[in-house]
Amino acid sequence: MGIDRRGFMKVSGLTILGIAGGASIDGLASPQTPRKKAAEAGTRRYAMVVDLKKCHSQEGCRDCVQACHLYHNVPDFDNRKDEIKWIWKDSFHHAFHSMEHEHLEESITEGPALLLCNHCDNPPCTRVCPTKATWKREEDGIVMMDWHRCIGCRYCVVACPYGSRSFNWRDPRPHIKEVNPDFPTRTRGVVEKCTFCELRLAKGQKPACVEACKEGALIFGDLEDPESEVRKALQDRFSIRRKPELGTEPEVYYLV
Amino acid sequence: MHNTGKIIIGLLIFLVIAAFPIWYAVAGGKTGEMPVLEKAARGENCIIDSVLMKETHMFLLDDWRDEVVREDDRWYRSMTLDSTIEKSLTRTCLGCHASKANFCDRCHDYLAVVPYCWDCHVDPKEFE
Amino acid sequence: MIENALRGSKRYWTWVFFLLAVIFVGFLFYLKQYHEGLGITGLSRDVTWGFYIAQLTFLVGVAASAVMVVLPYYLHNYKAFGKITILGEFLAISSVIMCMLFVVVDIGQPSRMFNLFLHPSPNSMLFWDTVVLSGYLILNIVISIVTLGAERKGIAPPGWIRPVIVFSIPWAVSIHTVTAFLYAGLGARPFWMTAILAPRFLASAFAAGPALLILLVLLMRKITKFHVGDEPIKKLTVIVTYAMIINVFFVLMEFFTAFYSAMPEHVAHFKYMYFGLDGNANLVPWMWTSVVLSIFALVMLIVPKFRYNFKLLPVTCVAVFIGLWIDKGIGLIITGFVPSVLGEVVSYKPTFPEIMITIAIYAVGALLVTVFYKVALTVRGEVTYDRVRPLETKAVGTK
Repeated sequence: MGIDRRGFMKVSGLTILGIAGGASIDGLASPQTPRKKAAEAGTRRYAMVVDLKKCHSQEGCRDCVQACHLYHNVPDFDNRKDEIKWIWKDSFHHAFHSMEHEHLEESITEGPALLLCNHCDNPPCTRVCPTKATWKREEDGIVMMDWHRCIGCRYCVVACPYGSRSFNWRDPRPHIKEVNPDFPTRTRGVVEKCTFCELRLAKGQKPACVEACKEGALIFGDLEDPESEVRKALQDRFSIRRKPELGTEPEVYYLV
Repeated sequence: MHNTGKIIIGLLIFLVIAAFPIWYAVAGGKTGEMPVLEKAARGENCIIDSVLMKETHMFLLDDWRDEVVREDDRWYRSMTLDSTIEKSLTRTCLGCHASKANFCDRCHDYLAVVPYCWDCHVDPKEFE
Repeated sequence: MIENALRGSKRYWTWVFFLLAVIFVGFLFYLKQYHEGLGITGLSRDVTWGFYIAQLTFLVGVAASAVMVVLPYYLHNYKAFGKITILGEFLAISSVIMCMLFVVVDIGQPSRMFNLFLHPSPNSMLFWDTVVLSGYLILNIVISIVTLGAERKGIAPPGWIRPVIVFSIPWAVSIHTVTAFLYAGLGARPFWMTAILAPRFLASAFAAGPALLILLVLLMRKITKFHVGDEPIKKLTVIVTYAMIINVFFVLMEFFTAFYSAMPEHVAHFKYMYFGLDGNANLVPWMWTSVVLSIFALVMLIVPKFRYNFKLLPVTCVAVFIGLWIDKGIGLIITGFVPSVLGEVVSYKPTFPEIMITIAIYAVGALLVTVFYKVALTVRGEVTYDRVRPLETKAVGTK
């Protein structure tokens, strides 16, 4: 019976097919323009560029981390075991241990590196997911999470070479200091990670971390667009990626 | 058949226990009670015919969540309202039915169904 | 057939109720885990899989090892195994069920488990592991019911069952191969990134599984009227010997590749296991225990005088089993996470609830083995509930 009703509903409630507006800032779709339409116009490949030197200029700054975690209702467990993080500062040593040598420029190695999901072009996490709860969105390259579907097997956590995924070992709700009602929390037993703020992108906003960074150390945009800020930043400066030898093709770049 | 009598008595005991909620309600005089739902704070019509909504909202929400999360398809054309609305439980549904406690919960409690929507989705009232 | 499980001696019932009690306690801990989340285990952001998944891995091996009695009997017509093939199959069924339970207790949202089937994802090795394990379970249930049923009626099993049994042989190999593929294809985890992982899994399984089977057969000879001669036990011992030698050989291969290449990301894991890393040595005593047990077992197995000594054989088999259990049930999975993908050394120790849940699942397995073996032996008239009494006075170890 349910299926019949559902079919009826699908006929009665037509899904809006908006006019494909031209690509707005960095190809972000405006709310009136379903992303699908925009995708037909041309595939995008979102990427983040982190300017390590600019990031280091503000010692102890956590603006981006706080903005992200506040927006996404990321709990603060205050212990390493249950910790959940979407974006965080870690040492250069941990982030780039295969690229290190003793005599590297200290300004680079001594400051922290900003880590988040790399939204790889060839993500090992989506490959191992047994329920398609995480997948790569073809139209813009974002590695998505469906928290309704995740069964919590943590295979994706095991397969991610960057430690970008967190599992809800306990109920996160009591550990969220300030709840943002516009974004869901998670429940215990599912995996979560950075989504490049896909909800904000759909509304035409920049990712929360990018917006929060006063130094302009975070640049976000579409690599397929030759005029985009990210393309220009990568043209002008030398950049590295984490564990490039694994063939995952990370879409987070670090300017050194 | 062996032990016919015993089997019948056993079946009867089982039926009495299994039907406990029914005779408990009868004994308590609660059989006629129906949940009373709070009227929507604004608007005359629901986004689809309200009888249909009552019967099928779970499928609609199920479809919505897949379409929004998995297909990035966030807008819904409502024939009854003749306008386009966001596919959102918290923003659209609760936008009119402002109180989850006096709307969603009343029916769900009555029917003893526990949808897990609220494990993650936030009732804005709860955190005001 | 199954009604035979409901009639037994006092000793049988004591054992059954003991197991049920253990299962009940573990179940209470599982309820706690169900309500509070996997946070009550020792698992963490860094070591995301631990004891549960390690037991799954080990037990898939035990399940697969049934092939070591099925293959000689059905393909090589090795008659001496005739009486114990059913025991191998029942052990396989019990092990697969334990494996499935370990998956269930390890996932964060068990109520959504059927998403595995609702959204089948052939790109995931976990999907294939589910497929091969379920298939293996079904194959073994069908085979054991049909063959034992025929035996009860005193007739030959129907002809169609033979191709099914032959089919189950490569299927057994597949379950452990796919389980190895869960780990072996992850660029993030260099410790498992070795083509020899599946062969190594099979070798250790074909040693540990038959070792357990020998122990069970010896035990049943002692406490029941199970008539099985020395020949199948000797043959099983030979199988254990070869498998154990091959397994140790494979482990040494891994050592050579890691240490001679001196690639830090490969060496680090072995250092952590056997010598400790960054001051963290919590696996070291376990791994060296495993080494000592394995060397001891090798000596006992290789020297013919010791190999066929039925007094020493149980000791050897226990050494094989525990040595390999430590290797797979502790070392292999945990070490994959230490050092972590960020190069950090974070230790993991199963918590008390985690251990209790694990023990309870093993108790489920023991209960299944007990019931299945009871049924099989009763069907053959090798144990009867009115004849066990005099045997009860005999000194009996655990199970």
